[in-house]
Amino acid sequence: MGARVITITSGKGGVGKTTATANLAVSLATLNKKVVCVDADIGLRNLDVVMGLENRIVYDLVDVVEGRCKLRQAMVKDKRVPDLYLLPAAQTRDKTAVSPQDMVALTDQLREDYDLILIDSPAGIEWGFRNALAPADEVIVITNPEVSAVRDADRIIGLIEAEERRIPVSLMINRVKPEMVRRGDMLSVNDVMEILSIRLLGVVPEDQEILISSNKGTPLTLEDHKTPAGEAFLNIARRVTGENVPLISLDQKGGVLRRLARMFGSSDST
Amino acid sequence: MDDSITLKGIKQGLLVTVKPDGRWTELSSRLMTLIDSQSSFFRGAQVTLSLGERELRRHELANLQTALAKRDVTLLAVLSNSAMTQASTRKLGLETQLEALAHLEGKGLEPVQSLRPPPIDPEEHGTTGVLVKRTLRNGRTVHSHGHVVVVGDVNAGAMIVADGDIIVWGHLRGTVHAGANGDEGAVVCALHLAPTQLRIAGYITISPDERRRKPRPEMALVRNGRIEAESWEL
Ligand SMILES: Nc1ncnc2c1ncn2[C@@H]1O[C@H](COP(=O)(O)OP(=O)(O)O)[C@@H](O)[C@H]1O
Ligand SMILES: [Mg+2]
Repeated sequence: MGARVITITSGKGGVGKTTATANLAVSLATLNKKVVCVDADIGLRNLDVVMGLENRIVYDLVDVVEGRCKLRQAMVKDKRVPDLYLLPAAQTRDKTAVSPQDMVALTDQLREDYDLILIDSPAGIEWGFRNALAPADEVIVITNPEVSAVRDADRIIGLIEAEERRIPVSLMINRVKPEMVRRGDMLSVNDVMEILSIRLLGVVPEDQEILISSNKGTPLTLEDHKTPAGEAFLNIARRVTGENVPLISLDQKGGVLRRLARMFGSSDST
Repeated sequence: MDDSITLKGIKQGLLVTVKPDGRWTELSSRLMTLIDSQSSFFRGAQVTLSLGERELRRHELANLQTALAKRDVTLLAVLSNSAMTQASTRKLGLETQLEALAHLEGKGLEPVQSLRPPPIDPEEHGTTGVLVKRTLRNGRTVHSHGHVVVVGDVNAGAMIVADGDIIVWGHLRGTVHAGANGDEGAVVCALHLAPTQLRIAGYITISPDERRRKPRPEMALVRNGRIEAESWEL
């Protein structure tokens, strides 16, 4: 069967799906996995921008589905890491140009040659979500520690659980600000987990470097210097590959920086 | 022996159970024959009819009520788990639940036993129930003419509507409506009762804004014309 297909989704827009897809893809590639990411956000593509590959796009996903090019021709190689490819979304079409069956057929073609296929979903629970979910072997739901984002994540998890085939779902909490949590102004990881009660894959802190890196088109994991969010994404990537990287809880005592290092840093930090 | 019609003394008077199978016209005339044969026993009696699944239209029930009235028998309530029969009962201004007759307690024949069913026993006068063994997430709804039991949480954005009681073995955050057909005796129980909105029959309430209160099992019920929550003794 080859590759695992992992769909990254959220319900609510703007919580960090595209950021997470780009950073996980790069992290997984640096861990020597063969990775393809598929931008399923037809009509609002931006995974290519965040990955810095926009200027190399010739064909896109809709061209493949409608037979205007071979799948291989539409794949954009990221030259900064060994084995990372992007299958971009079409910018000029709308999401109905692709069906769930198209997505299954397309990923089936890719499974042979890769280890991981990451699918970046559009916001919402309709067509685009169905397209992104159809080929998924696993789903990562992203939320922010914010009531409305958690609500939407809960809705999405309910829809995935209602599918006939059992699809494992795990959660990634993005943009956590430990100071705000401590002041009681933001939901804590525990608050979110109490509501959603599914497997926690990882927590990513709020990090200004994300914005800078997205604008540059250089995912954080490719930067020379270490960043809290970059380290968090790398840890999540390692968990995706099956490595046992412990989660560190928010409730531990200590200075904010030390706690940040413990929470998001590499597994060996103390 | 013919057991299609059985009689039982209850707190609220006389409970007449008519088997849900067999033709109604035949059974109702058999009931009248029975009453006529023991007219002194029945005279002045207050009767609750239990019909199980049987579907009765309003005119059928109205005819029965008239026939009973001629024999000086008062029809108080009709218990049924057929939506049609319940609707017919309500249209005639009769009760569909025994609890609604609490004010009549002690006026009837000798009390045999309390007929208030334990919340989730589907055997008691044929009430149906729904058991949900997972978290009810945002966007999910459960509707039932009986009771609803959830083993798991009920998250915000989920909704439960039940003609009977609602029991949540978990954290209740969503919206629930118990006694949705007007039964003010219905209750809502949860290990952690913090609904977005809670309704019982025609009453509505929202959770008080107490943050970080240590959760304890609670039961919400209608008392003194409003919904109150009390500790749920397990
Ligand atoms: N951990 C983070 N810290 C700071 N900003 C973030 C973080 N994650 C995402 N962002 C910012 O949030 C915005 C939305 O992210 P994006 O990945 O496009 O969300 P989505 O794909 O879910 O719509 C972007 O401007 C991104 O830079
Ligand atoms: Mg996006």
